[in-house]
Amino acid sequence: MNKPATAEQPSRFPLRELSLCLALAAAILAVYAIMGGAYSTRMLVEAACYAILALGLTIQWGYAGQFNAGVMGFVALGGVCAMTFSVPVNEAFWASELPFELGRVLLYALAAIVLVWGATRLDRLGVPKTLRTLIAVVLALLLYLVVISLLRGVTDEIESRVGFIGGLGLPTGVGWVVGGALAGGVGYFIGHICLGLRSDYLAIATLGIAEIIKAFLKNSDWLTRGTATVSPLPWPTPGPGELGFVMARSIYLVVTALIIAVIFFLLHRAYNAAWGRTIRAIRDNEISSAAMGKDVNRRRLQIFVLGCILMGIGGAALTSFNSIFDPQGYLPLNHTFLVLVMVILGGPGNNLGTIIGAVLVYLIWIMSEPLALYLMQLASSLGEGLGWVDPADMQSRALQARVLVIGLLITLVLRFAPKGLLPEKVKHHG
Amino acid sequence: MALLEARNVHGGYGGMNILNGVSMAIEADEVGVIVGPNGAGKSTMLKAIFGLLAVNQGEILLRGEPITNLSPDRLVHRGMGFVPQEKNIFPSLTVEENLEMGAYIHPQRFRPMLERVYDFFPPLKDKRRQPAGELSGGQRQMVAMGRALMVEPSLLLLDEPTAGLSPLYMNEIFARVQEINAAGVGILMVEQHAKQALAIADKGFVLAAGQNRFTDTGDNLLNDPEVAKSFLGG
Amino acid sequence: MNELVFFINNVVVAGSVTGSIYAIGAVGVTLIFSIMRFAHFAHADMMTFGALMVLVLTTAFPEVGGAVGLPTAVVMLPLAMALTALLAVGIDKGFYKPLRAHGVKPIVMVIGSLGVALILQGLIRLFAGTRAQSLYIAERKEIFRLELPFESVTRPIIVTEPQVILFILTLAAVIGLHLFLNRTRTGKAMRAMSDNPDLARASGINTSRIVTITWIIAGGLAAVAGTLLSLDVAFKPDLSFFLLLPIFAAAIVGGVGHPYGAIAGGFVVGFAETLAVFNWAVLLRPLQQHFPDWLELPRNLAFVGTEYKIVVPFFILVAILVWRPTGIFKGKVI
Repeated sequence: MNKPATAEQPSRFPLRELSLCLALAAAILAVYAIMGGAYSTRMLVEAACYAILALGLTIQWGYAGQFNAGVMGFVALGGVCAMTFSVPVNEAFWASELPFELGRVLLYALAAIVLVWGATRLDRLGVPKTLRTLIAVVLALLLYLVVISLLRGVTDEIESRVGFIGGLGLPTGVGWVVGGALAGGVGYFIGHICLGLRSDYLAIATLGIAEIIKAFLKNSDWLTRGTATVSPLPWPTPGPGELGFVMARSIYLVVTALIIAVIFFLLHRAYNAAWGRTIRAIRDNEISSAAMGKDVNRRRLQIFVLGCILMGIGGAALTSFNSIFDPQGYLPLNHTFLVLVMVILGGPGNNLGTIIGAVLVYLIWIMSEPLALYLMQLASSLGEGLGWVDPADMQSRALQARVLVIGLLITLVLRFAPKGLLPEKVKHHG
Repeated sequence: MALLEARNVHGGYGGMNILNGVSMAIEADEVGVIVGPNGAGKSTMLKAIFGLLAVNQGEILLRGEPITNLSPDRLVHRGMGFVPQEKNIFPSLTVEENLEMGAYIHPQRFRPMLERVYDFFPPLKDKRRQPAGELSGGQRQMVAMGRALMVEPSLLLLDEPTAGLSPLYMNEIFARVQEINAAGVGILMVEQHAKQALAIADKGFVLAAGQNRFTDTGDNLLNDPEVAKSFLGG
Repeated sequence: MNELVFFINNVVVAGSVTGSIYAIGAVGVTLIFSIMRFAHFAHADMMTFGALMVLVLTTAFPEVGGAVGLPTAVVMLPLAMALTALLAVGIDKGFYKPLRAHGVKPIVMVIGSLGVALILQGLIRLFAGTRAQSLYIAERKEIFRLELPFESVTRPIIVTEPQVILFILTLAAVIGLHLFLNRTRTGKAMRAMSDNPDLARASGINTSRIVTITWIIAGGLAAVAGTLLSLDVAFKPDLSFFLLLPIFAAAIVGGVGHPYGAIAGGFVVGFAETLAVFNWAVLLRPLQQHFPDWLELPRNLAFVGTEYKIVVPFFILVAILVWRPTGIFKGKVI
């Protein structure tokens, strides 16, 4: 009953793709004509960064059917790496004894981990298993309390004496790569736990880890200056100070476009290779693939981690471009659900569709901001006439209107166009 | 008029036909048994009768009225009971709650039917407050059959009721089937234990590759050397 | 001994309060999970909607409570439950039912429910703003101080009126749910459908009616949980995901599809949270004189700061998924 899942459709003239691209190009040109070069190029760079995020999500959701509800967390991880690696060194911090203190606490933490790990092995020395678990848990709690109090002491010192630990002053690209790696690492941790279980659990866990990452970055003033934000962040390319806005942003755009091109090319090859076929077979027919052995979970983990890496890189590029690291600026709406809309609207599992979806949705998103504000103003002037008391926070209400629109978009696309603008070009079976 | 009549039924899953023209008929007081090799379409035929998969050609009649492709809950209202081979009980519900769910559409007849089912299956009465999932395989099968009997069906469909049971329990179940039949319920069942099942059958249907190969009384089929050679293991 | 009273106030009372709220929320999630087999991400926003309905009704008729002798918000609760149940049924008809009819995978339902969550969030905040608002409009929160009859205790145990109401309502909800699931035909049919949906259908159970009833119960309970939360502190429209994680953790800890497990899980998560943010230095300080000199007690000895509270349910979630994904009471859905 299992037809091969890879039977390609007969090649045809890509009319749909072409007309979508043309429409998109026309829209972009219109934005250039109305809003001017500097603004429009900024928009394009941001759209390109979002396209990287969307590619990360499309391989998780579109290729493998894994739903990551915490894109924001991986974006923020990439962002913090971009910041830490590229921002100038904080001499005051390194001149004090604080790096040594911090290192000592980290060493303690390591020792504590080794001790607890040792305790979990006590059963090999003949300790009963329940007693071993009890010892390990109590020991872990105690050591954790010790380490966390020491750490709190050091971080309080850092905050009061030198502000924050500062950056490493390295090239921005290093931060992007490390950001991708870090996001991949966290993705490995989450995926390792959840991928063998129901797909819902992955969504819950990613949603949670994203909020935790944000809470950590927001409250760890010693590392990120927290709500005080860090700026400016250096670019990997010459900044606007040297070349002017349009030129500098255009070069940045070229860099991001190159990254997309490389990702696109590699994904395209992997998709059509044995690796991609296995992934899709797993997605479309989980049970029979499970019969192929434990390989399934490893493949699923691979693709999840890969997606997270892309999100880390995209997040790093986005944060560097904005030139400010503000942990509070990472919002589920902007960095998770917007990306989700891009993917499901563009066509999950279709890389070109995803990129088109990303640029298109971002364009609408950016253009809708003034529109939403205007509508809100209109609504409130109407409301005043009807006696509806208008609260002062117009900006935040406009934001809520966009939350509503994104929610509506998600539900409507799922219901009426579940395959997106450019459906995945694979013949599904069953 | 036959209780159940199927004429030249074709059907299957997702456009792929497994049944390629099956016909059968049983009377109101008969036990019908479907036997045949693996993949012959025995269980598929039962599911087609009970509206669990699409019949795309042919006709199924219950007491002369067409019931082709009616949904299972409509068929339950028309007096048909179905016991699937697997997952045929509600494991976390107690035995009595399982039976109550069987009588879901006739709540007012729950009490009298309950006593009748307990008469058929005395062990269930002792275990009435126990979750059905905790019972032994044979007792689960009793719960499953009891649940289907709660609607006072005129026709009971059984999908391999003795699968996985010890010979002792198998004979017990066959005895119950005969008792239920004697109480006026027509029975159509699929069985792997072909010899034992045909021994209690009024009508036997031997299927192969989705078609009737032999249709006769149970005794005649048992004594037919060709049937014995090909389908009853010599 | 005052320290012990401090512990009771900050852990025992606070833990029971949070635990009750999570428990009621988790029961709804687990019921939806067991009947429709997907994690309902809009549940926290449904809770907020219920609380908002109470707020709106209380603002409209602030004096009703005085006539009955209860806080107005509590008097308005049944009406808010009905409205939230209506919303839940409406959402199901409008959004989830078409998806179900298409036979989509559960994970697509999850994404759909996220979309619904955003719609609700947007609507609620559009009309109610993002400020916290008290549900006590015309009346005052009453506070009961229980003095303990010991000489060394000078501080009282503090329980507020909404907390007392909360315990009573939680108990009522749990007993009511128990009776519904075990004594009524519809409740049993609901359990049957969660056990074996195909067989339920083959038994003539009207499954789409069961789905509707599930939404009514889940919506009503969501309104209770959201209102209790808002009564205890204040109506906060922006909790959403911060509420969702502990509720899911509670449902999974208790074993998904297992209502009693969800209640137990709610209390596990609630107490874990309060225990984790409790400053243990307070309890240890009286023992300071017995410690050796080199051991100096830090000022703050909490496991996590309140700003990291969300780590606790996440940690519990991860732990349960690693060691016992079926939950402590062995749920039906893995």
